[in-house]
Amino acid sequence: MSAVCIIGIGIHPFGRTEGRSGRDQGVFAVRQALADTGLEWADIEFAYGGSTASGNADLMVNELGLTGVPIINVSNACATGGSALASAYAGIASGEFDIGMAVGFDKHPRGAFNAMPADYGLPDWYGETGLMITTQFFATKIQRYMALHGISPTTLGRVSEKAFENGALCDHAWRRSPVDLETIMAAPMVNDPLNKYMFCSPAEGAVALILASESKARALGRTPIRLKTAVMRTRPPGSFEVFASSIRVDRGGSPTALASQAAYEKAGIGPEDIDLAQLQDTESGAEIMHLAENGFCKDGEQEAWLAEGRTRINGAFPVNTDGGCLACGEPIGASGLRQVYENVVQLRGEGGARQVPGNPKTAYTHVYGAPGVSAVTILER
Amino acid sequence: MNDLLPIADGLWTDEADPRLIGGRRKSDGEILFPMPGGDAAREYDAIPLSRTGTLWSWTIQSFRPKSPPYVGPEDFTPFALGYVELPGEVIVETRLTRATNLRIGMAMALEIIPYDAGRATFAFRPEEAL
Repeated sequence: MSAVCIIGIGIHPFGRTEGRSGRDQGVFAVRQALADTGLEWADIEFAYGGSTASGNADLMVNELGLTGVPIINVSNACATGGSALASAYAGIASGEFDIGMAVGFDKHPRGAFNAMPADYGLPDWYGETGLMITTQFFATKIQRYMALHGISPTTLGRVSEKAFENGALCDHAWRRSPVDLETIMAAPMVNDPLNKYMFCSPAEGAVALILASESKARALGRTPIRLKTAVMRTRPPGSFEVFASSIRVDRGGSPTALASQAAYEKAGIGPEDIDLAQLQDTESGAEIMHLAENGFCKDGEQEAWLAEGRTRINGAFPVNTDGGCLACGEPIGASGLRQVYENVVQLRGEGGARQVPGNPKTAYTHVYGAPGVSAVTILER
Repeated sequence: MNDLLPIADGLWTDEADPRLIGGRRKSDGEILFPMPGGDAAREYDAIPLSRTGTLWSWTIQSFRPKSPPYVGPEDFTPFALGYVELPGEVIVETRLTRATNLRIGMAMALEIIPYDAGRATFAFRPEEAL
């Protein structure tokens, strides 16, 4: 198997861009990634990509050029970007291709997602009575977690405070102003215990990543940032997921724990070897729970971690260094790839004001979404 | 509640003290709520579930859900919802009523409540609110 490297990265700023379609934002990101490597579109041998609300990736050949390149459209809900990357990884690792691309883009309407029951195998009454709302899942999951593991509302606020602090330092973030803890804690509730500063919003944005075999990366003179592994998993029995009308009494694992364990196994390293991480933070409680589900701490330790500032950029284990979903918003198709983009920036040492000190060598990403999917990557310099 | 129609058929039993209807998988006994429909129904037996349980988690819905799929009134009143563990059976998602002092682990009981002018839905309320 060939080692797989990420040799080029491109991003269209996240947030709201009036007058530019989701796909055009994707094209913008692809061109930036090509410029980053010095390659031409014609050099790309294959691509995987997609969006959930902005159409198919293969239509980008209209703007990028009719080179005949194979492009596989990926439609895998919140794991769309992660699945595109896992597929592109396999294309290089297998030896079939030397240079490929993973791209994700999206442009969502304002407000919470309005998922329809039939699309998730649920009866109509579930949506009619107001239970088909993603924010309710995140709220009930962290509500129970806080009660069981002694996490305080202030700790939820600290996650948001850090996110906006990091976002203010990041040129691709949407929310660019710090918000102090007192203001965060005084905001109106959305779904108890989570208030309006603790949820990310659907947004717009795009990311493109160019992958190459290690030999090709060296031939091109690129600093090889190795993609050690990219895995995606669906849910195991007894898990608790978005849109669960019932849960098994005898509780099981989670898709995040499955993806995380598989990633550590394939990469041959453990959580103690990771220098920084980008973790799914749909809301501030998710970042807290995902710290434990990905093996970085034990349940309940987050209370002290956040109080000590351990997950800040200058802390012992920086998390969501670009402000995460809380500061960048969540264009579903691009969100997982943004995490990988940010890790490449950090491992190259190009983070500027948000650069993690100490010359980090390993970085981890984790994305989670409906109806119980998770994707993890590990990068190494 | 006799003049109101259930919001869907097969959600609860038609008896003086109604019970939710779950589906018990024939192969391994795992219970789901609601009873699965379509071809999957063949793999499940419909069973009445316990009327009482304990609060597993909760939240307050503070904003009006988008329509579709929501069909509630335009004039929105926040409501409580959460999960109630029916001992040894299944944890069900449900609206919560009389929800002033919710605590995880508190005793809960099923009730059928009006949803709109013509229909009823199910909810759980704290037993202490009786």
